[in-house]
Amino acid sequence: MTDTRAISLIAAAAIVTALLRFLPFLLLGGRRKTPEYITYLGKVLPYAIIGMLVVYCLRGITPLAWPYGLPELIAVAATAALHLWRRNTLLSIAGGTVCYMILVQFIFR
Amino acid sequence: MTRNLLRQVVIRTLPVMTGYLVLGFGFGILSENAGYGFWWVLGMSVFIYAGSMQYLMVSLLASGASVISTALAALMVNARHLFYGISMIDKYKGAGAKKPYLVFALTDETYSLVCHGDTPEGADPHLYYFLVSLFNQIYWIIGSALGAVVGSAVTFNSAGIDFAMTALFVTVFVEQWVTAKDHVPAVAGVCITVVCLALFGGDLFLIPSMILILAGLSLGRPALERREAADAGKHDTDAQAAGAALPPQASGSVQSERPAASDSNERRFRHD
Repeated sequence: MTDTRAISLIAAAAIVTALLRFLPFLLLGGRRKTPEYITYLGKVLPYAIIGMLVVYCLRGITPLAWPYGLPELIAVAATAALHLWRRNTLLSIAGGTVCYMILVQFIFR
Repeated sequence: MTRNLLRQVVIRTLPVMTGYLVLGFGFGILSENAGYGFWWVLGMSVFIYAGSMQYLMVSLLASGASVISTALAALMVNARHLFYGISMIDKYKGAGAKKPYLVFALTDETYSLVCHGDTPEGADPHLYYFLVSLFNQIYWIIGSALGAVVGSAVTFNSAGIDFAMTALFVTVFVEQWVTAKDHVPAVAGVCITVVCLALFGGDLFLIPSMILILAGLSLGRPALERREAADAGKHDTDAQAAGAALPPQASGSVQSERPAASDSNERRFRHD
């Protein structure tokens, strides 16, 4: 692939991504008073979206074949338990990640 | 800009720093190995600035994809960003000259930090959001540039380190779960996405999930707002104890109760 071609691919990805990010603000952000429906969505969507993102991160697991998503489920449970216990974001993330690395490198190989 | 605010920003973005340095590093190595080294990596991290899309870019570039299919891939992978915008419209309102960058830099991780809207005490919220967004992108750029430069020299087994991002979202999910009064939106988000993943498969499930979540939350709005109003009524006494002059809870329409309900929620949120 030529450099020009590669640059145009990168530009395409950059423009589409930026468009998706700007679109809601361009369509709805101009009004002085945000419609109540949008305010409502702004309140409830974050909860639903973070749930969606968790599932999105776990989309690669194979529940019907070895290792049945076990490393992910165990590590997610460990992260959540750590967080419920100490409420320390850094500790939860570090602990969960180390747990996952041990699981995939030594146990579920 | 106070030193205190900067310290708060660094502390609150630490989880993203860990995740972005690691994931950015991984992207830098991949891209370098595919023949797109330092300057390419830098360009993508500055101008695209979307993690999963950049990982995908490496294979698109290597396989000689067309501009159209790249644009379509970006549309599919990043459509979820539409949601972030919708829920940040009010919080980013009035950000002035900072707004274009705030919107451009609204990644999954930045969103997960700013979506609560709890800013450090006494700080200008828009300045806080701006610094969080900027710091996060700097972490991402540093991580990916490092990966491109020193990636091939790394010898330790890093398999599984990308779980840091999953762990970040799990933490945010738990945090929201603990502070939320109503768990229906969170449960709906997880269940709808799981069903869509089972039905449509890993490449196509995001857009149907988004449509169904939007539809579900829209259809469920009267019920959810009724629950919220009822909940606010229950907490009415402690809100008044805190010196709040709440209008009496009308037993009439949901419409008339909503302002009171959201007021008392915000107040409780700040008490947390």
